Amino acid sequence: MSDIQPQQTTTPRSLSLNARLNRWHLLVLLIAFICAVPVLTVFSYVFQPAGEVWQHLTETVLSDYVVNSLILMIGVSFGTLTMGISCAWLTSVYKFPGRKLFQWLLLLPMALPAYIIAYTYTGMMDFTGPIQSSLRELFGWSYGDYWFPEIRSIWGATSMLSLVLYPYVYLLARAAFLEQSIVALEASRSLGAGPWKSFFQVALPMARPAIITGLSLVLMETLADYGTVQYFGISTFTTGIFRTWFGLNDSAAAAQLSSLLLVFVLILITLERISRKQARYFSTSNREKKHARLTLSKNKAWLATLACLMPVLWGFFLPFLQLTQWAFETYEDMVDREFFVLAWNSLSLAGSAAILALLLALLLAYGQRLQNTRFIYIAVRVASMGYAIPATVIAVGIMLPLAWIDNTLDSWLRSQFDVSSGLLLSGTLFALMFAYMIRFLAVSVGTVEAALGKIKHSMDDAARSLGLSPKQVLLQIHMPLMRRSLLTAILLVFVDVLKELPATLILRPFNFNTLAVRAYELASDERLADASSAALSIVIAGIIPVILLSRSINKQKT
Amino acid sequence: MFSAYIRIILCAIFMLSTTAAMANTAASEVNVYSARKEALIKPLLDRFTQETGIKVNLVTGKADALLKRLETEGRNTPADMLITTDAGRLYRAQQADVLQAIQSKTLEQVIPANYREPAGYWYGLSVRARPIFFAKDRAKASDLSSYEQLADQRFKGQICIRSSNNIYNQSLVASMIKANGVEKTEQWAKNLVKNMARPPRGGDRDQIRAAASGQCNIAIANTYYFGAMMAGKKQKDRTAASKMALFWPNQDTRGTHVNISGAGITKHAKHRTNAILLLEFLANKSSQKWYAETNHEYPVRNDVEASALLKSWGNFKSDAVNLSILGQYNSEAVKVMDRAGWK
Repeated sequence: MSDIQPQQTTTPRSLSLNARLNRWHLLVLLIAFICAVPVLTVFSYVFQPAGEVWQHLTETVLSDYVVNSLILMIGVSFGTLTMGISCAWLTSVYKFPGRKLFQWLLLLPMALPAYIIAYTYTGMMDFTGPIQSSLRELFGWSYGDYWFPEIRSIWGATSMLSLVLYPYVYLLARAAFLEQSIVALEASRSLGAGPWKSFFQVALPMARPAIITGLSLVLMETLADYGTVQYFGISTFTTGIFRTWFGLNDSAAAAQLSSLLLVFVLILITLERISRKQARYFSTSNREKKHARLTLSKNKAWLATLACLMPVLWGFFLPFLQLTQWAFETYEDMVDREFFVLAWNSLSLAGSAAILALLLALLLAYGQRLQNTRFIYIAVRVASMGYAIPATVIAVGIMLPLAWIDNTLDSWLRSQFDVSSGLLLSGTLFALMFAYMIRFLAVSVGTVEAALGKIKHSMDDAARSLGLSPKQVLLQIHMPLMRRSLLTAILLVFVDVLKELPATLILRPFNFNTLAVRAYELASDERLADASSAALSIVIAGIIPVILLSRSINKQKT
Repeated sequence: MFSAYIRIILCAIFMLSTTAAMANTAASEVNVYSARKEALIKPLLDRFTQETGIKVNLVTGKADALLKRLETEGRNTPADMLITTDAGRLYRAQQADVLQAIQSKTLEQVIPANYREPAGYWYGLSVRARPIFFAKDRAKASDLSSYEQLADQRFKGQICIRSSNNIYNQSLVASMIKANGVEKTEQWAKNLVKNMARPPRGGDRDQIRAAASGQCNIAIANTYYFGAMMAGKKQKDRTAASKMALFWPNQDTRGTHVNISGAGITKHAKHRTNAILLLEFLANKSSQKWYAETNHEYPVRNDVEASALLKSWGNFKSDAVNLSILGQYNSEAVKVMDRAGWK
């Protein structure tokens, strides 16, 4: 049997365990501190004076930045929640044609970098694109004779970001729905609640922590997005940061703007925290029964198919087709031997970063569970804030401390032994890997935390009273229980690193390129068709783990 | 407790950092940070290696980010040369004290004075012009004269130009501030914004395409984008380009606005001699031809002819202002555009 009940968090402590707990405590603090350094570096610019530029900004463009960023965030929340939750619910509870296929098809848009989908849609829907051109030819219209939605607008940007980001909500919501016991739903239905009421009053509140984790990831990515809004000519906080840095040549004011962005994020995180605090739901049974999927009437079933088809069609197949068409035109020039080196670089970086991020996330999240002091909580939050800061800015936050370590060591060695160590960390793959951790720790920590939060504390207590150490509880009890979420965390970070551009661009070593770098260089030179081979490879490389993982996620279910 | 993990992680760190370090210790080499995209510089660098045996290590990226990297790495920076795609960034690098002045008879002889820093901190390597393009069927060359004139009321709703975030627009406005002063330029920018056919969006090619398809009559864009459209593989781009003609503005006054891509040697260059060799190589006749032929840029040297396509657009008088000025006035230009509401 399983049930749902609010529960208080208590951790039993005995003297003999204190030493162990302290080691966890120290480890967590150490990791959190190291990961927080870049964020704090950016934040430290707040204390640098930059008066004149600020006056200029507040008088002219700052309000635009704030308003546009807010509109974008609200729009993207709406888009991703609608698509993510409804598709997650449909695929986890109902039977309808194509359901099994959609389970993983719905994840595919995640493999597309947002700026790439923005470029392809512009290619298709712009005034000079094939759709409008053929309309004009067909009806003999010319400019101004007809109305057509303008893709390069704030609504266009909202749609683009929603289409590639909804899988975060979908993935986490679906994992939550699947982990919910069907019994709860059956109980609610047998008590007379209709399907809608059961959904809104039982399933949705139970899945809320996961959904909010997904949404906060979405919003942080939205805030940090530069490629899409820049191409669409929308002034947001991010474009403002770069305009201040590159255009006004004031990197201090740019870092201050980034710190202001952090305030947005802090608000988001607090909201998430509040919503988690209000209610905690645990599933007490660890062996879930296989869902007896609900059947729909024929028409409704096809409607469900249609509802799941839309996000995949718009978010994946259309841009994929366009990219494929371009790639056919250009692949001869673009796919050379170096291309495979790029692919290998991308895959190996993404793979190792994903695993490392999971390890760190497990340590942080579980350490927090063992001893949830306010200090640790804040340390972990700060450590995972790197996700919301535009990557180029956080890259500077990474470069500064690394270069400081390198240069200090070098100076010391020079003065003491008259030898130079040069740069040991800066400009190495280690720096890059560190950057990925800073950027994407929020993803893995959020996912692992959401999963851990669903495991009842009485489970820990029981295991510990049977003599398991905290580490054994994690390895033998929690990890098997959370396997699905752990795979999700790996997948999310993998795909994110595969697409990552700005930090890779600035921190990578000599003669080292990735697919994303290649795609970006060509696309930013307005050679979109030439960029398509690399973009397509990112997508395809992203699809394989998506399929593998979603299969293993499903396997565990049945 | 997690000693095994920690050991693995430490090993990984060690391996990652040594592999990267080893890559940079070959005897005869030169390290380059380049804001020019790989595709637009690597072939030349490869040729340099073939001719001299000097290996070139390359990192590409955005100019300001590379500049920041140079600054933070300080005296231990591995980079010997910084390549940018505009003069403003070279000026900024000079201001940030990460470049050194070098004297080279060869470079001074072949590169005209306004395309290099007077003391030798940086040298221009190729020239790109930012003229006006007009739709042949809807506008006439005789209606056009200068950048200033584009603010006239009669061009209302006719002009396509990209966002003021773009460095080429910032440089253009900087050159106008130098020529006309801040107030006049701000008024000009305000009127230009009123004349825009649509809010700025997309890149330079998008402006040319929009004008070709009737969304506006006049576009401002860099020459090499136009060249790439004309000579490109895409039929649609070639058709669009064929509907457009190029107009050289300000021929009776200071000349058409131009910018350069160029390079400087870093202050702490460990391979200074090799870097100077590379710089001279990039300025030699065959390299100069390469810029023109592959990327439709004008050679910086007067004694190298432009490609046939570039020549077909005619000769023009270019703004002779020293390009350091573009860097000096860049932030002023951005503020002017902010106040004018140029998105």
